[in-house]
Amino acid sequence: MKSSALPKESLSSSVKQERMQQWVVGIILTIGGLLVAVPFIWMILSSFKPESEVMQLTPTLFPEQWTIENFKNLFVNMNFGLYLKNTIIVVLWSFVGLFLNAMAGYAFAKFEFKGRNQLFFMVLATMMIPGQVTMIPVYLILNQMQLTNTMAGIVLPGLVGAFGIFLFRQFMTTIPDELLEAARLDGASELRVFWQIVLPMTKPILAVQGILTFIAGWNSFLWPLIIANDESLYTLSVGLQLLKGQYGGNFALQMAGSTFMVVPIVIIFIIFQKHIIDGYTISGMK
Amino acid sequence: MKSFLANKTPYFFIAPAIILLSLFSILPIFVALIISFTDLDLVGISDWSSISFVGLENYKDVVSDPVFLKSIFNTLFYVVIGVPLVIVLSLAIALLINFGKARIFKAFRVVFYMPSITNVVAVAVVWSYLYNPHLGLFNHVLNLLNIPDVPWLQDPIMAKISLILLALWRAIGINMIIFLAALQGIPKTYYEAAQLDGANNWKQLTKITIPLLRYAIFFVSITTMIGWLQFFEEPFVMTNGGPLDSTTSVALFIYRNGFQFSNFGYAAAGSFLLFIAIIIITMIQFKIQNKQQDY
Repeated sequence: MKSSALPKESLSSSVKQERMQQWVVGIILTIGGLLVAVPFIWMILSSFKPESEVMQLTPTLFPEQWTIENFKNLFVNMNFGLYLKNTIIVVLWSFVGLFLNAMAGYAFAKFEFKGRNQLFFMVLATMMIPGQVTMIPVYLILNQMQLTNTMAGIVLPGLVGAFGIFLFRQFMTTIPDELLEAARLDGASELRVFWQIVLPMTKPILAVQGILTFIAGWNSFLWPLIIANDESLYTLSVGLQLLKGQYGGNFALQMAGSTFMVVPIVIIFIIFQKHIIDGYTISGMK
Repeated sequence: MKSFLANKTPYFFIAPAIILLSLFSILPIFVALIISFTDLDLVGISDWSSISFVGLENYKDVVSDPVFLKSIFNTLFYVVIGVPLVIVLSLAIALLINFGKARIFKAFRVVFYMPSITNVVAVAVVWSYLYNPHLGLFNHVLNLLNIPDVPWLQDPIMAKISLILLALWRAIGINMIIFLAALQGIPKTYYEAAQLDGANNWKQLTKITIPLLRYAIFFVSITTMIGWLQFFEEPFVMTNGGPLDSTTSVALFIYRNGFQFSNFGYAAAGSFLLFIAIIIITMIQFKIQNKQQDY
């Protein structure tokens, strides 16, 4: 459209120039993308190499001899089965937290009540408190509640979050009041209105939050590390830290442990990436 | 009866979240403030009567602690080098991806975002291997190019740069997505009008895109700055502050004094100084932003 006034020759040359630019940008991004992907590629390839091959001074790119021995060792020499179980428990609990965030967001969005604005302001204010300030007091509070070295102590501090509540509230204010009133007139209880009408209408934000919650739960490291004294409560990331300390020289085993942790998340992310990336646009990030 | 229930409903919905936030976010602020004036340690936890108020002693000690001063220098080093790099690189990648018309460009979003979702311990394990002086990939590639070994994590200055490199790799993805979302919010008609006026790509970038991204750039610089002032995970899992505390950040200093040396009062005093620094720096940024809008 911009070229309607231009003579034919310069039209074709500007098309050519544009195609050229597209190629240059594509090549720059490919090089950058490869650089970013190097740690992932190297991790996965090394995890299938026998230990002796990893220790060679001239590294090989592809394993000369593919082996899954390292992955077996994770479960035989280390307790990765147990760590996996604990990690899944942490993830399940974090979904309970997601549900609590949605509940709070709903009340802030759709109910008039005394102290609503003050409480919502308080929720937002918690976003500004740095983790380093609360870390020690939270540990002392959990200690006072006798929750150190328990699963409850690991999941409780991060169960609800201001950012999640805020996102749910923003999205739920757009739900029409008439819809909720109609359901109440039909005799639906408040919980049922929330469960059967509000939650299904919140799907886009629920999808984003669900995936981010899963990723955060799966990756959770600091609280399990601080709270868990027994190995029986270790999550995958704490177990991996232990492996790094115990088998410091065995890089093949370390890479297998990392691959075991990273690849499931990467697969889930690739399947759902559209929701996450579009989610930022939904949240009104402009 | 019904109206009584209706009045109670919202409180029932917010109660769990409010209780948990009060217990684990609001209350800890006050606890931290109080214990920063005491000599609370491991003994004090089990026997409250042994705790005594020491006034401002913790604050006085911490500002003269050489390790704390070193950690402030290190944190400033991370912020001054890291934050601009994060903003420039994530903006550049977002612009390049946004410029591309073919479908394949969307795939790049996934590639660049991937490090952001990767567990920090796994990242540390993999990068420690890459940085390994004898077996690591980085030194091997450098040797192939006839460049001598780099002491990635052994040299005090280089170790800081290595950690910045790693943190940069992790931070680009999320900020790139924020910039991409903002770029999609710019109306296409602006560019069409500019093209009619004969503005080239560079002109369009500097006269339309960058000014309209001002809010996004401000948001990213504030959040990145706050995040990097609390730089913690990378030195904690990669170097544990070494060599010779050259990578210890303020946040790591606080963690170590709290959980490894059990000087809870001392660590709380350090954490409050960090909190105040973050508030002041954020306020300065808001001031600068407001001034720029006056033009």
